[in-house]
Amino acid sequence: MTATAATDLPLWPASTLDHGPFALLDEEQRHRLVGPVTRVRLPTGVPAWLVTRHADVRQVLRHPGFSADLERPGFPLVRPLPPQSESGRQGAFIRMDGEEHSRLRRMLTAEFMIKNVRRIEPLIQQTVDGALADLAAAGPPADLVETFALPVPSIVICHLLGVPYADHDFFQVRSRTLLDRRTSPEVFRAHAQELRDYLHELVVARRGDTGGDDLISRLVRDRVVTGQLTVDELVGMALLLLVAGHETTANMIGLSTLLMLREPGRFAALRQSPHRAADLVEELLRYLSVVRTGLPRLALVDAEIGGQAIRAGEGVIAVLSLANRDPGVFDDPEEFDPYRQAHQHLAFGFGVHQCIGQPLARAELRIALLGLADRFPTLRAEVGPQQVSTRDTSVVFGLNSLPVTW
Amino acid sequence: MSQVGVVRVAVDRGSCCGSGNCVVAAPEVFDQDDTDGLVLLLRPDPPPEAADRVRRAVETCPAGAIHLTSTTGP
Repeated sequence: MTATAATDLPLWPASTLDHGPFALLDEEQRHRLVGPVTRVRLPTGVPAWLVTRHADVRQVLRHPGFSADLERPGFPLVRPLPPQSESGRQGAFIRMDGEEHSRLRRMLTAEFMIKNVRRIEPLIQQTVDGALADLAAAGPPADLVETFALPVPSIVICHLLGVPYADHDFFQVRSRTLLDRRTSPEVFRAHAQELRDYLHELVVARRGDTGGDDLISRLVRDRVVTGQLTVDELVGMALLLLVAGHETTANMIGLSTLLMLREPGRFAALRQSPHRAADLVEELLRYLSVVRTGLPRLALVDAEIGGQAIRAGEGVIAVLSLANRDPGVFDDPEEFDPYRQAHQHLAFGFGVHQCIGQPLARAELRIALLGLADRFPTLRAEVGPQQVSTRDTSVVFGLNSLPVTW
Repeated sequence: MSQVGVVRVAVDRGSCCGSGNCVVAAPEVFDQDDTDGLVLLLRPDPPPEAADRVRRAVETCPAGAIHLTSTTGP
């Protein structure tokens, strides 16, 4: 480490409150932070390396010497988190490394594989159709986030997991708290425990009723009963999927709609060329990159990333959103270009932790946007991008609300 | 006839994380195993017209589980 005092380093995450929901940084921040690996200070006061280039981010996230385990001393936390109890850590495979991680993840890979997501597309379509009807009944005007963008992924993940959607207020409030960087360690711990208790009760109930055709029931039947998975581990896995299934896709649908409405003709073009929706979704994922603050990792070995020596014990933040605007990979990266082939984007992360739900997220986003384009050809936003209320302190960026009319 | 640019494909199921990106890129070459969701190689010797899609599968594989060897022989 250099002798520079941590307080002299630029702060990360950098605030861009004044620049609307589509700008990641202002010019000065860009000059200071984007490019070669650079040193920053996290809100917790600790220094870390900021990695912003596409190739460098890929290298960090695929490197087996970089740990995702935030319980390790020196892990670069962007917010203070409470120490986890042993049972509180169980099943949280996104924070595990190596074999420990792959043992649990592999119990889920078949659940989210492409052909299984294709099989549930009728359910997604039906959910989107229902939410479109609710939107029509609510307005005009109506809040697209509350009536459409949040319910769609919420209903789908609840159905897949076997969690009653009727309880959505309970787990949506707590999901949001866990993702908010302002949440105090005490509230974080309390809400995580309440979610665990809730899911624990569901899992235990399934042990006596093994006929269910949902993910929790299948894991109870195939893994818990057979002794391959503990109840605590299953609870932790279900918690991850429930939280991850909520805000990520919901915020992508909300932001995507605002971006599509920003220029006339974008929804009309989608309506006329529905076969191009899959490519459009990739560009939306690249450009909007809802996990904006980046993925933290701890170097366990000495490594060189983008020409910078990084020592074992140092923290790294791999910034997916900035990598997705790397001019060396994407032409005019600050431009939203629906005709671009953006499949190299890193919006779902990279390496063995890459989002397991990405086929589901892609399908939900595509079906939701096609549904909006078809059902509401005159849709328009009632606020401009500069006036819209954004979720600035969440680990997952997005809109608090999106007033629309038609 | 020249065979330059013909690719052969190998996959490593041990490092696969089941992202399915290869199936999106080149469905005629890759599939996912029904039992565990991990990569299944349908065609180790994909036709030349699939070469770009196979390269995209390599590029977007998050786990580096797909490898190419180019053959240059006749």
